Amino acid sequence: MATAAWLPFARAAAIGWMPVANCPMPVSPMDNSKRQDELIILNVSGRRFQTWRTTLDRYPDTLLGSSEKDFFYNEDIKEYFFDRDPDAFRSILNFYRTGKLHYPRQQCISAYDEELIFFGIIPEIIGDCCYEEYKDRKRENIERLQDDQEENKDMKLPHMNFRETMWRAFENPHTSTMALVFYYVTGFFIAISVITNVVETVPCGSTANQKDMPCGERYTVAFFCMDTACVMIFTVEYLMRLFAAPSRYLFMRSVMSIIDVVAILPYYIGLVMSNNEDVSGAFVTLRVFRVFRIFKFSRHSQGLRILGYTLKSCASELGFLLFSLTMAIIIFATVMFYAEKGSSSTKFTSIPASFWYTIVTMTTLGYGDMVPKTIAGKIFGSICSLSGVLVIALPVPVIVSNFSRIYHQNQRADKRRAQKVKKARLARIRISKSGSTNTFLHNKRNGLQSVALLGSEEDEQKRTKSTSLLQSQHHHLLHCLEKTTAHEFVDEQMYEQNSLETVLQTYPSPSPSISSSVGTCCGCRVKKNTPLPNASLPSTYPVPSNQCPLQELSAIHIQCGDPSSHTASRSNLNLKTNESGRINCKGGRITTAIISLPSPPALTPDGDGLRGPPQRRPPQPPGHPAALSIQTTTSSAGTNIVKVSAL
Amino acid sequence: SFPPSFPPHPCFLCFPLTDSCDGDLELSMVRHQPEGLDQLQAQTQFTRKELQSLYRGFKNECPSGLVDEETFKTIYSQFFPQGDATTYAHFLFNAFDMDRSGSIRFEDFVIGLSVLLRGSVTEKLRWAFNLYDINKDGYITKEEMMAIMTSIYDMMGRYTLPSVRDDSPYEHVEKFFQKMDRNRDGVVTIDEFIETCQKDENIMASMQLFENVI
Repeated sequence: MATAAWLPFARAAAIGWMPVANCPMPVSPMDNSKRQDELIILNVSGRRFQTWRTTLDRYPDTLLGSSEKDFFYNEDIKEYFFDRDPDAFRSILNFYRTGKLHYPRQQCISAYDEELIFFGIIPEIIGDCCYEEYKDRKRENIERLQDDQEENKDMKLPHMNFRETMWRAFENPHTSTMALVFYYVTGFFIAISVITNVVETVPCGSTANQKDMPCGERYTVAFFCMDTACVMIFTVEYLMRLFAAPSRYLFMRSVMSIIDVVAILPYYIGLVMSNNEDVSGAFVTLRVFRVFRIFKFSRHSQGLRILGYTLKSCASELGFLLFSLTMAIIIFATVMFYAEKGSSSTKFTSIPASFWYTIVTMTTLGYGDMVPKTIAGKIFGSICSLSGVLVIALPVPVIVSNFSRIYHQNQRADKRRAQKVKKARLARIRISKSGSTNTFLHNKRNGLQSVALLGSEEDEQKRTKSTSLLQSQHHHLLHCLEKTTAHEFVDEQMYEQNSLETVLQTYPSPSPSISSSVGTCCGCRVKKNTPLPNASLPSTYPVPSNQCPLQELSAIHIQCGDPSSHTASRSNLNLKTNESGRINCKGGRITTAIISLPSPPALTPDGDGLRGPPQRRPPQPPGHPAALSIQTTTSSAGTNIVKVSAL
Repeated sequence: SFPPSFPPHPCFLCFPLTDSCDGDLELSMVRHQPEGLDQLQAQTQFTRKELQSLYRGFKNECPSGLVDEETFKTIYSQFFPQGDATTYAHFLFNAFDMDRSGSIRFEDFVIGLSVLLRGSVTEKLRWAFNLYDINKDGYITKEEMMAIMTSIYDMMGRYTLPSVRDDSPYEHVEKFFQKMDRNRDGVVTIDEFIETCQKDENIMASMQLFENVI
């Protein structure tokens, strides 16, 4: 970590804990490499970089910080030689110096990524200043690769069944000739249908005896045949799409299919209802819906789709525009109505009637069918038209910018991808940061701390292989804190389990196998156990095999301070119960007891929040049977020392 | 801006003219240069090389040459990820910042370290006493010790075994006073403290623990 420079300070400051600690402290890890800090020369393709060895040691899980760089040591020139890009190496070395990794903008993204992988640095560490840029470039690169892949994919067709082929043909017309033909045919018929609808209403030439009639009424049969043909084509197309869709339900819900349905439905309804004359008025209105056929063109035009998408995404701006317009219209209509109320034969008969005037004025249309006559009316009318310009001009830039934004960046998909990636990035950084705590707990569980004390050669090597000196010093510091407070660090899992067990165990069991209390070294700590003979203990302590690999260790628990404890306690784990733990109280040669068992006093009837010393509690709260076969005897000093040893 | 633009910015109508805060830029960062290497060598027990390496680390973390309390807390908290080390860091900061200037200079830093790593046991005990004596009046009261103890227990965090109970610091303080307070007057003086500590084997042993840190 970057604050490796301050670790000696933190360790020195730990002297402040010593007078309050009641136990001896663990021995500090030996620093056999007493060499002074020296300059290392890193030769990267001829360019020499020099730095202190301790600078590189800050990040022991990278290439330069670990012993992996010894592979690159050149004896002849006494330098570490790397055959890599020196420009990219600059930012990598700066990472060691400053703790922040920067992405140089002119660097190619894939080359930079390769360098990072080579030197063992994860890209998530890139500082916030450069991370956006890095991610953008990376995403562009990936998209480019994906586009290339898709083009290639179109060439090779894995065997798809008929249905999938059809769907693909519908969605990407340029995949096969048939699809292209289909695409153009439907487009043609949409155009025909629309033109037919339009021409239907044009007055054709009049015959001698009749007035001008719209063509639709003159050539009814022809138009009817045309209409039928188009509707048949559209129906067939719709049914084919429905058949080919991978998810029919989703397809039926999609906008395009609704447009299809609305386009052909009036015809069928008309077929059904043509006999009934009363409903013919409604039937005529239905024909209006035929104009929706024009929306079918949006399948054929990318631009239309983007326009529709833009409007959808600008919905909030449009809604706001509508709302503010409505407000303005109501205000001005009211004002105009009351201003014009006095004048005679005014067109402003009511406020809703004035709405029309306001709208026409604000949009600068000015039909002139309604004009104010009074002076006040004219004044307010001019204010109305001036403000109309402002209000109408507001949303247009928004919509335009939205359109261009969507068109260029395809932003919504990226945002979704970025969200996932951001979460993943944060998770990765969190993992690497919590790595330090986890290594401490992990090492504790594996008893590596005990190894450090024995100090033999092989153990030293074993230690340095798994943890660097820096790490072991940090762990020693945390260990000292544990000793000072006589509590141990555990991870969340064990803590939850521990609290769960103590909560669940409200009734002591008659089983004789009692687990012992926490393996702390201090009898002082366990003093609290005594006033609670009714303390609940789990009857059988299930040893989760994944947590305590005790079988491999011999952790010998040592009591300190208090003499002679008569522990008749047994744990269901230890085989040598009375192995006298009094090995060495001097010199701090102790190990931790790895076993962490739930401590009895965690469940106290008086609850937490005590500020004063715990009183001698009444022997049992109601409901607890008296018989508790705790075979821990208490010495006169009130200390109840239990030991655990395991093989 | 002068002359004002015409037509006036529409926001002029809506918002009152706000002060432009540009003039309020942070003044140049305070920078501190330490005393020369020779003076520091005379004041402390470190060799030249040790002082050099210490300064490099110090300057790397705090380029301006001064450590303020917030930075100090941040740095110290990184060593204790499971708990909350800020309160203890606050006390530690006050122990190092001897002239109560609100920031630790390199001289304070290195003089403090010299006592801790190269000083005699009595000096170290004095330093510890100074740490516990929050108001520096020469007496450690129960409240002061309680604050220190709570802050140490805070560093352990939530996930400990056994769980830290609310009265754990209190009990620890009680024991401490039982041991140290000879004349039972409710405070611990420096002499009681040093005397008691010198009689305790464990404490004497642990004082020597960090000899070889640098």
